[in-house]
Order: sequence, then C-alpha cells, then structure tokens
Amino acid sequence: MTEAKTRPLSPHLSIYKPTITMTMSIVHRITGMGLYAGTLLLAIWLIAAASGAAAFAPVQHFIASPFGRLILLGYTWAIIHHALGGMRHFIWDMGAGLGPERMMLARLTLIGSLVITVGLWVLGYAVR
Amino acid sequence: MNSTSTMKTPMKRVRGLGSAHSGTEHFWRQRLTALANIPLTIGFLCVVYATLGKDADAARAVLARPFDAFIIGLFVISGVIHMKIGMQVIIEDYIHGEGSKIIALALNTLFSLAIGAACVFAVLKLTFGA
Repeated sequence: MTEAKTRPLSPHLSIYKPTITMTMSIVHRITGMGLYAGTLLLAIWLIAAASGAAAFAPVQHFIASPFGRLILLGYTWAIIHHALGGMRHFIWDMGAGLGPERMMLARLTLIGSLVITVGLWVLGYAVR
Repeated sequence: MNSTSTMKTPMKRVRGLGSAHSGTEHFWRQRLTALANIPLTIGFLCVVYATLGKDADAARAVLARPFDAFIIGLFVISGVIHMKIGMQVIIEDYIHGEGSKIIALALNTLFSLAIGAACVFAVLKLTFGA
C-alpha cells in the first residue's frame, strides 16, 4: 500500500473552489443518505402504530416534542430538497438545463426546498 | 456501427450490458422509482397531515384506512427500492476494497429489505386489524 500512496491523484473536491452547482450535487447525496437513515424512524413509527395505542402513544409523544419536531423539520427539508434535486436530474436527462441556466436551477433547488418546507409546516400547524 | 471495428459479437452489443453486467437497469429503475416517489410523497404527506393533532387511537385509525395504508405501502416500496440503488451507487463510489465493498453492498441490501418488510408488515397489520 505504500506504493499506492505515492501515486499522483487526479484533482478532487478539495482542489476546486466550491460552486453552487457542486454544492447542490453534494447536498443531493447527503440528503439521500439522511433519508436512508430516516427510514428507520418511519419503520419505528409504523411498527409502533401496528403494535397498539400503548406502544404508539410514546412514539407520538416523542415526535411532538421539540427534539422530535426538529428531526421532522430536517426530514421534511431533506425529502423536499432531494425531490427537487431529482426533478433537476430529470431535466438533465432530457438533455436540457446544462447551459448557464444550471446555476439558476441549482439556486431554485435550494430556495424552493426552503420555501416549500416552511409552507408545509405552516400548513401542518394550520390543519392540526 | 461497423462490425469489423469491434470485437463484440452482435448479440453482446444488442444486450448492451457493459462492464456492470446489468446495463442501464439500475439507472432506469432509479428514474422510475424517482418519478413514482413524487406523487407518493405527496400522498404520504396527506396521510401524515390526517394524523396531526390526533391521539394515538385516532391516528392509528387513520393509518388503518385502506387507501391510506395503500399509499403508505406504495411509498415504502418505491422509496426502499430507490434508496437501495442510491446507497449502492454511493458505496461503489467511495468504498474501493473488494471485500469491504461486498460487505457494504450486502448490508445495504439487507437493511433495505428489512426496512421495507417491517414497514409493509406494519401497514398490513394496521389495515387488516388484529
């Protein structure tokens, strides 16, 4: 392995100045991993619900706590950001959105995810 | 394409499976589940909204309604397939040791299967009652 260490490396993340498109690409992957871990919470929620009210009540209580809401807020943003990022991928798949407008698309992903997340939570408090 | 310019047999080229031996199957399935995830996420959010502010019994009753259970089930299945492929791509990108890569890929498959099975089982139990 010492021989492998001395080999030159092609330029990677640390070499480049961060750009919005690069950051959105990285965030897409990170939110994907977050959602992956979050399915564990979804499974716990559903299994608790299936087990009966006695098991479901404490889980619901935890979700309603400030910490639970914080997790849910992060989860909401992650899923919306990942969904908008996915739509950006669909645009790219059609061969569009690869010109200078990619900057605008990347900004829209971030701004859109924040706006929709806030909107969903406002709606949540309204229908509660 | 001129067949003399390549050593591939016509059959190999038609199959188009390339070095991953599975061709574009993962790419296509990732896009298909991504597309399905958009309406299913909206549907799942609607189910969650319906449970807000309800006590445990009333919230369970919401999840047990056939259509709500159906939406959650589809959301979980499509989501789990999508996340399994996504995590596989991440593993293949960052884990280079052959042994650790195979272990990580296996754990990814098992985790996704376990989550999917647990969620679907829970939803079925809720909706069919017990």
